[in-house]
Amino acid sequence: MNPRRILAIARKELIQVRRDPRSLAIALLLPVMQMFLLGYGISLDIANIPTCVYDQEASQHSQALLARFKSSRYFRVVKSVRDYGGLRRAIDGGECQLGIVVPWNFSRQLTALGKTSVQAIVDATNDNTATLAEGYAQSVVSAYAGDEVELRFAGTARRLGAPQPLAVDSRVWFNEDLASRDFIIPGLVAMIMALVGALLTSLTLSREWERGTMELLISTPVTSMELMIGKLLPYFAIGLADAAFCVALAVGWFGVPFRGQIGTLLLTTLLFLAVVLGIGYAISASIRSQIGASQVALLFTMLPTAMLSGFSFPIDQMPAVIRAVTFVVYARYYVTIVKAVFLKGSGLAQLSFPIAGLLVYAAVITLVAARAFRKSIG
Amino acid sequence: MLERIVALLIKEFLQMKRDRTARFRLLIPPVLQLIVFGYAATFEVFGVSTVLLDQDHSQESRQLLSRFTSSGRFQVVQVADSRRTVQRALDLGDATLALVIQPGFAQLLQKGQSAPLQVLVDGTNSNTALIALGYVGQIAAGYAQDYASTLAQRRGVTQEQAPPQVSLEPRYWYNENLNSRWFFVPGVVATLTMFMVVNLTSFAIVREREVGTLEQIMVTPVRPLEFILGKTVPFFLIGFAEVALITAVALLWFEVPFRGSPLTMALGVSLFLLSALGLGILVSTICRTQQQAFATNFFVLNPLFTLSGFAFPISSMPQALQWVTLVDPLRYFLIVVRGTFLKGIGISYLWPELAAMAAIGVTLLGLSALRLQKSVD
Repeated sequence: MNPRRILAIARKELIQVRRDPRSLAIALLLPVMQMFLLGYGISLDIANIPTCVYDQEASQHSQALLARFKSSRYFRVVKSVRDYGGLRRAIDGGECQLGIVVPWNFSRQLTALGKTSVQAIVDATNDNTATLAEGYAQSVVSAYAGDEVELRFAGTARRLGAPQPLAVDSRVWFNEDLASRDFIIPGLVAMIMALVGALLTSLTLSREWERGTMELLISTPVTSMELMIGKLLPYFAIGLADAAFCVALAVGWFGVPFRGQIGTLLLTTLLFLAVVLGIGYAISASIRSQIGASQVALLFTMLPTAMLSGFSFPIDQMPAVIRAVTFVVYARYYVTIVKAVFLKGSGLAQLSFPIAGLLVYAAVITLVAARAFRKSIG
Repeated sequence: MLERIVALLIKEFLQMKRDRTARFRLLIPPVLQLIVFGYAATFEVFGVSTVLLDQDHSQESRQLLSRFTSSGRFQVVQVADSRRTVQRALDLGDATLALVIQPGFAQLLQKGQSAPLQVLVDGTNSNTALIALGYVGQIAAGYAQDYASTLAQRRGVTQEQAPPQVSLEPRYWYNENLNSRWFFVPGVVATLTMFMVVNLTSFAIVREREVGTLEQIMVTPVRPLEFILGKTVPFFLIGFAEVALITAVALLWFEVPFRGSPLTMALGVSLFLLSALGLGILVSTICRTQQQAFATNFFVLNPLFTLSGFAFPISSMPQALQWVTLVDPLRYFLIVVRGTFLKGIGISYLWPELAAMAAIGVTLLGLSALRLQKSVD
């Protein structure tokens, strides 16, 4: 192993990246685009749910209840209808996602029986927003019921004890405001590095094959190990710079809390880069056309990282077979680590399982990558 | 003119017939992707890993906790004996939620005072946490209500004196069981169509340029418009076949309902394919090599995908981004696809989306015809 030869290869690779506008775009433009686009575009927080009200009773009580919906920041009452047909049209056409129907005997039942109900019609096309919308509607209605108790039954209620015998005291840890941005953005760092790393390195050998410079390289005294190290060094630097950029943007621009140690993140990032670059290199060594190599690289990184790493869809909700597949998705380990380091402030000890996963991966990939090229020389 | 277009069509289909890997590429990956992503994409919350700490050991505390365990929403992974164990379980990620009942819980309840149930939740995944908290609230409210009415009965409080109850009765339309798959699978159908058709078209044309056959065609009397037609018609047909294939998988494998009219869907697919084909040709006119086309497609398709509302509601985006989504054809296609699959609505509701796709498609195709003319001159 000759450090001078490694450095020479690294310098050559860096010059090539600098002269290739496409590689530059991937290294510089892609992180910026993805961070801003996904950082702003991906949000699960819902507010201002377009709501339609159908007040059959039109009494003081029903108006008081509906006023609570109007003043809640989760709902925006955009329409008031006079029949079910109007309600159906509003929800069918997508104008409203929620319909609140107050029945004609709402307050009569409340006074006579002490219990009454309102109907919520939810557009459940998107089951997730439907669940959240229903939850917010529930809390509006229970707040109304609670205040009714105070107003009208103060005496009885006192005799019965507290109106609410059970008080749920909930505390949210790690992401206190339940902001989906704080949940998405740390994972984005992993996603961007997986993409940039694999896309850039997948070109590194196939470019030489396509341009016919591979024979030249092979005829020099450089060994295949030196070639691999030399070629990957610049991408390590680029990957680290991109990671630093993304983390800085996450903390400085998007205001995501960073509670862990920089050292933990640095160490695991290096490991992850080794895996990503190794995969790109192995692809590049086995597929000799640039277009084929980058397509395969995209196939192996983009969709698995987006869908199967826990980046946005929780792994524990997937069926067992798919859950088993996620163990092969290397981004899964790093996504877990980044999120934990950012939000939980976890250290190396708490992260031993995902780190072990990355270590095993890195070892296997380095072996595969080193072998993949030796074979193709012969 | 018609003759020349037919000649071009025959050429395209001959080329495709000879390309053996294409047949494989067009069949296997889309179906595999649909199946994997159909299963992976879910925001549902079942079996939240939960750690319990019952410091009261009373009948009441056990009854309350058993309501949680029997709901199916929570799965007890650990029964803790101290606060430290609870903290550890959350820190390590072994559990997402902790339910803590402190000593004296039953006593407070029996005295008719407010007894606390402490809930600690790992908010890292804000969505899961929010939904899980909602379920906690529901279960706790149910318990409280039942407990209050037994207490009232025991003390002989009559019905008129009981505190009023106002309940919300939800009705879920279009997706009655709140099945995430019903939301995502039609979305994957739409998204896969876009990725496949744009890539296919742009690569095919750039390839002709790379090989040099594009110049050969251009020196024949074929005009750019005819060339575009000759290129788009085959890919239009392929795109249509792909949609039919993955729709069939969605219906048969995932059993997603299809409530609308196939004609509405077909119209929506046709109009969307105009945009996808226009985009593919446009990309091919600015790229010299397939490699360039690959990178350009990536930078174009990624934003279109993110801003489409595939998984993340457009209404949750910042206002400026919401305006940008108005030019995204996938946004409209998703509404049409989900509208026909789940809502069963027809053209009377979907015409604005169909019109928007037609406008975007015609603009893109027109632009690409202009660019193609220029790049030949």
